Amino acid sequence: MIQSIPYSLYLALSGILFTIGAIGAITRRNGIIVFMCIELMLNAVNIIFVASTGVTNTLDGAIFVFFVMTVAAAEAAIGLAIFVMLFRLKGTINIDEVNILKG
Amino acid sequence: MEAIIFKWAIFLFAAILAIFSSLMMVTRRNPIHSALWLVVTMLSIALIYFSFHVTFIAIAQVVVYAGAIMMLFVFVIMLIHLEKAIHSRHKLTLTKIIATVITCLLLVEILIGILAYRGLETRISEPITMAGVDNIRAMGTLLYGKYLFPFEVASILLLVGIIGAVVIAKRRQG
Repeated sequence: MIQSIPYSLYLALSGILFTIGAIGAITRRNGIIVFMCIELMLNAVNIIFVASTGVTNTLDGAIFVFFVMTVAAAEAAIGLAIFVMLFRLKGTINIDEVNILKG
Repeated sequence: MEAIIFKWAIFLFAAILAIFSSLMMVTRRNPIHSALWLVVTMLSIALIYFSFHVTFIAIAQVVVYAGAIMMLFVFVIMLIHLEKAIHSRHKLTLTKIIATVITCLLLVEILIGILAYRGLETRISEPITMAGVDNIRAMGTLLYGKYLFPFEVASILLLVGIIGAVVIAKRRQG
């Protein structure tokens, strides 16, 4: 007899994806790839929100996913605009070389 | 019985595909390849959403993430030519290695916590009235009822995002 999928498996999947995203954001030097890793981390959290709709039997988790998507869209637009401006200013988007804010 | 096996198959397929493609996304050197692997990750996560019958969110995942946001990424990658970055060697400093090890330790801690916590033995119950059109109707009722104020704040946030992106990317005069 196979039982239905336990909730903890979704938590584990989310944790693994979040860790992959975090490691990417730490180790990569290309600014755009760092941004993509942040999007991956947001998606990993969304998995938990959606899985919680199956446990609580309400749709509140799905609504939160909707708001996270809104924030991610605004963040991607502004962040990529910053990278375009940075490339115009410095000629690179390598985040190890961008230290003009350093005192 | 067959339905449960089918759900397991869908979950395992989507989970393994998501982990594999996100690993590929992190390790590719060419940013365009990274973006395309991230699209695969988004689509497999949308598959998991479909298995929960949250149809609206699954479609929004495909349209907004795999469509709009990734299009923006690919567009900016094409705008910024990165040939130097592709050919530069990927060097790992000691700081980054230590940070990676600490992150992996935190993941192990989370996994131990998930497996040790007894309160999570609840199984995913089957949503009955939320499939198909009813899901979208329920989402709309919640968005324009209980969550009306956050919804309006989100629209203002998007407006600020649009104006901010235009102002930041505008070429300075003089």
